[in-house]
Amino acid sequence: MTYLQAFIDAVALGTLFALVAMGIGLVFGVIRLVNFAHGELLTAGAYALLLTKGAPVVIRALVAVVVVVALSVVMEFIYRPLRSVAPATVLVATFAVSFLLQNAALLAFGAQGENMEFLTVLNTAFSVGDLRIRWITVIGLGVGALTLVTMGLLLRRTSMGLQMRAAAADVQMARLLGVPAKRVVRIAFILAGLLAGIVTLVLAVQRPLVTPSWGFLIMVPALVGVVVGGLDRLVPAALGGFAVGFATVMLSSLLPGAQRVFLDSVLFALVITVLLVRPDGLFAGRRRAVERV
Amino acid sequence: MSRHLRTWWHLIGPVVLVVIVATGGMATSPTIQFQLRSVLVTAAIVVALYSFVGNSGVISFGHVSFVAVGAFAAGVATAPADVKPGTFSKMLPFLAKLEIGSLESLLLAAALGASYALFVGIPLMRLSGLSAGIATFAVLIITHNVLRNWEAIGPGAKTLALVPQTTGFLQASLGLIVVMGAAYGYQRSRWGRQLRATREDPAAAQAAGIDIHRQRLVAFTLSGALSGLAGALLVHLLGSITTEQVFLDLTFVTLAMLVVGGMGSLWGAVVGAFLIAGLDVVLVELEKGATVAGVAVDLPSGTRLLVLGVLMFLVLVLRPDGITGGRELTWPFRRPGASVVVSPGGAGDPEPSATGR
Repeated sequence: MTYLQAFIDAVALGTLFALVAMGIGLVFGVIRLVNFAHGELLTAGAYALLLTKGAPVVIRALVAVVVVVALSVVMEFIYRPLRSVAPATVLVATFAVSFLLQNAALLAFGAQGENMEFLTVLNTAFSVGDLRIRWITVIGLGVGALTLVTMGLLLRRTSMGLQMRAAAADVQMARLLGVPAKRVVRIAFILAGLLAGIVTLVLAVQRPLVTPSWGFLIMVPALVGVVVGGLDRLVPAALGGFAVGFATVMLSSLLPGAQRVFLDSVLFALVITVLLVRPDGLFAGRRRAVERV
Repeated sequence: MSRHLRTWWHLIGPVVLVVIVATGGMATSPTIQFQLRSVLVTAAIVVALYSFVGNSGVISFGHVSFVAVGAFAAGVATAPADVKPGTFSKMLPFLAKLEIGSLESLLLAAALGASYALFVGIPLMRLSGLSAGIATFAVLIITHNVLRNWEAIGPGAKTLALVPQTTGFLQASLGLIVVMGAAYGYQRSRWGRQLRATREDPAAAQAAGIDIHRQRLVAFTLSGALSGLAGALLVHLLGSITTEQVFLDLTFVTLAMLVVGGMGSLWGAVVGAFLIAGLDVVLVELEKGATVAGVAVDLPSGTRLLVLGVLMFLVLVLRPDGITGGRELTWPFRRPGASVVVSPGGAGDPEPSATGR
């Protein structure tokens, strides 16, 4: 049954996109900044895996995650001067950082993709009836679900999570009530880095060829998902990311062969439709009707 | 008289700059000449983008769609009719047989750009903020995807070649001046001022009876026409084009130019485009190897984009409103008879307000 096969792949890609979307959403929640360079966190992790080729798997994974988190913390530092700047400028500034990092990677490693050879054994498939499932699909799903649940618990059940949610709702008020804003922002970037690190490890197995735009190509659909789902809160943002990943795979299996090249058109036409019907986000929930101008 | 001169200086100043670059450029070597012409065309794209983004305050990631439509319309319409049916077997017969002059193709491109922008803008102009950004980005992806894969209307994934290269200094500078004139005329018009009011305070503008959706749509359509025209200039400059040349890279480079220059003014758009595109030309030459003040400089290829990235970020952090601070070019001479003491309103020449006209 090919549709079931597509369904499994769709859920797997959706889960990964949800993790990326959650990272973007976390940072946006606390400082209202859309980090275009979030994709370069993934790329940095991938190049860390490439450079440690030959070392034991655990060490490679650890190094990659540490590099990603460190870069995320550095980004927090770099973005500090942008706090009081118009949103359009912030958007272009974070894009400049993304552009800069991609070109630095291009200069250092070249445009040719290089194979990371990370846990290639997980790319082998096993059969269940007619279905052929790769191990990494199952593992990715498991890891993704576990991470999302952990994040949920962290935000709902710890005081740090409470502070973060308070800051996301209203930074000024949270600060007045004694929430240490600086620490919350740093933690948001660290968590976003951790999420990006986990995505990198799973994705490195699925797409072993790393290029300077490796992470950017994942970040763009995930960011679209964040906006489609609803930027203001984490769960809608993650669901939006999931929806875009899911729709990508499902549409490509539903479209007849000759029309498959128009997949992007169909997908983004859907995105526009959703934005027009629900400008606050698909999963943003029902709120007071506010005229958005 | 002098007062009019001072207000129109906002337009005349940039025009003088363009004329200087164009006439000065004719004295340089052929490669530099080509680079300078491409600077002029890039500036036309940035000013076209400015006419919407600058006046409305809404970021559009989709403007290169209209540039692409203009470039491919002008390219397909002017490429020789005896070659097209052979190279592009799936192209619609009437398009394959079509062959019009270069000047007509500029008008065609502007008309198609405007129609496409109007069509897209009617639903999209209801959005603002990030939703508008993502929606216009979606338009860009769709346009690229369709142009690349629908072989009935264009070259598809192949290169469209043999387009007459008519964009010399004359056509490039005149084209840019037309685009600047239209953008400035619009921003000083009643509609342009209404849109600027919605940019500053949407709620107050609406309360004053301004139809935000309609004003944004007007600017979007005008900007689509100018982008289409700029796209036609581009294809007539290059002589050949692929869909990849009018996609993400161009989108981000032109947006960066606008923001670095200062997206609130025509002067900002022009300065941003000339500075970054000009710096780009210098860096390309340095990558090839050159001697600066007796020192041989040979930058590794790729440094160019790195330097641009760093520069973009630094300008945005140090001068968030862009190099010009979003102000128009001010009249360089003191007004006759003006006293040395600067009036309390500040040294600048205040724009006459909408109510004053």
